Amino acid sequence: MGRLTWQVATVAAITEETPSASTLVLDVAGWSSHLAGQHVDVRLTAPDGYSAQRSYSIASAPTAGSVEITVQRVPDGEVSGYLAGIARPGDQIEIRGPIGGYFVWPPPHGDGGAPVLLVAGGSGIVPLMAMVRARADRTPFRLIYSVRGPGDAIYAPELSRRVRDDRGLDVAYAYTRAAPDGWHGTIGRLDAGRLAADGWPADFRPNVYVCGPTGFVEKVADLLVAAGHEADRIRTERFGPTGGKA
Amino acid sequence: MSSFVDGNALGGVLSEVFAVDLTGARGRCADCGHVAPIGETRVYDRAAGSVARCSGCDAVLVRVVVAPGRIFLDMHGLSFLEIPLENSL
Repeated sequence: MGRLTWQVATVAAITEETPSASTLVLDVAGWSSHLAGQHVDVRLTAPDGYSAQRSYSIASAPTAGSVEITVQRVPDGEVSGYLAGIARPGDQIEIRGPIGGYFVWPPPHGDGGAPVLLVAGGSGIVPLMAMVRARADRTPFRLIYSVRGPGDAIYAPELSRRVRDDRGLDVAYAYTRAAPDGWHGTIGRLDAGRLAADGWPADFRPNVYVCGPTGFVEKVADLLVAAGHEADRIRTERFGPTGGKA
Repeated sequence: MSSFVDGNALGGVLSEVFAVDLTGARGRCADCGHVAPIGETRVYDRAAGSVARCSGCDAVLVRVVVAPGRIFLDMHGLSFLEIPLENSL
């Protein structure tokens, strides 16, 4: 990969995923692809030279020439407010990436065929969605997706379609505040019972990826270790308490 | 609670200096001996620079300050780094 520098990216398309999250397709000349789970740094520079920089996970499956990010707008977010609200096709921004060789699937040191458990809190779904989209083989995947309510679930229609059409993918939602009509499960934070019911038994030795706000990730990782999962097989990505990444 | 992210957030700035990804590198805390990937450290980045702390004992492992035209890197909190060479594209 070599050293990275800032590159110009052109916004090719914008899709609203939820009222507060949008996906941006970025065309980047010379983008040579990436690994599922990696992120990019985005830098915006104002005419007066002031610049602000944030990290965003890549949402798209590895491909050359373009990359997709999904941005959750955070209160007073000077970068997310632009990307998920003001940006329009044709706008140019600067990106640096792809970044990261740790929170990636398949894992860098083999065992890519082991079952995979993905646990997402809120917009922590983004890098995990890249893994779902990158899954071309039949590696068994289970995704547990914790959201406040049904309107906060990013990629819900695509996940429904993939559960129907892709073999070996299961998706379970955990609703922390409000559930859709007809929901028979409990409403509340993910607990050991839900992780056991919707995840893999520890003795299947799954590769586990957990992404979300810091408190969510720490709690889920602790519950998984307590359930017998090896800490070395649990990879985590935390993005702070406010929802916006770094 | 002071807010932190994780070591994956250091990947970008380190990638401007190093030709291999360091978030997947395992480092040993010089203070308590805990060995973990840089991606699992706790990074506090709301100040002028970024500080990565040990997830075991909270000791400072790495400090990074980006200044115009140069980067200051203090890694005295790590007693070694094991860097995989095959984890990039």
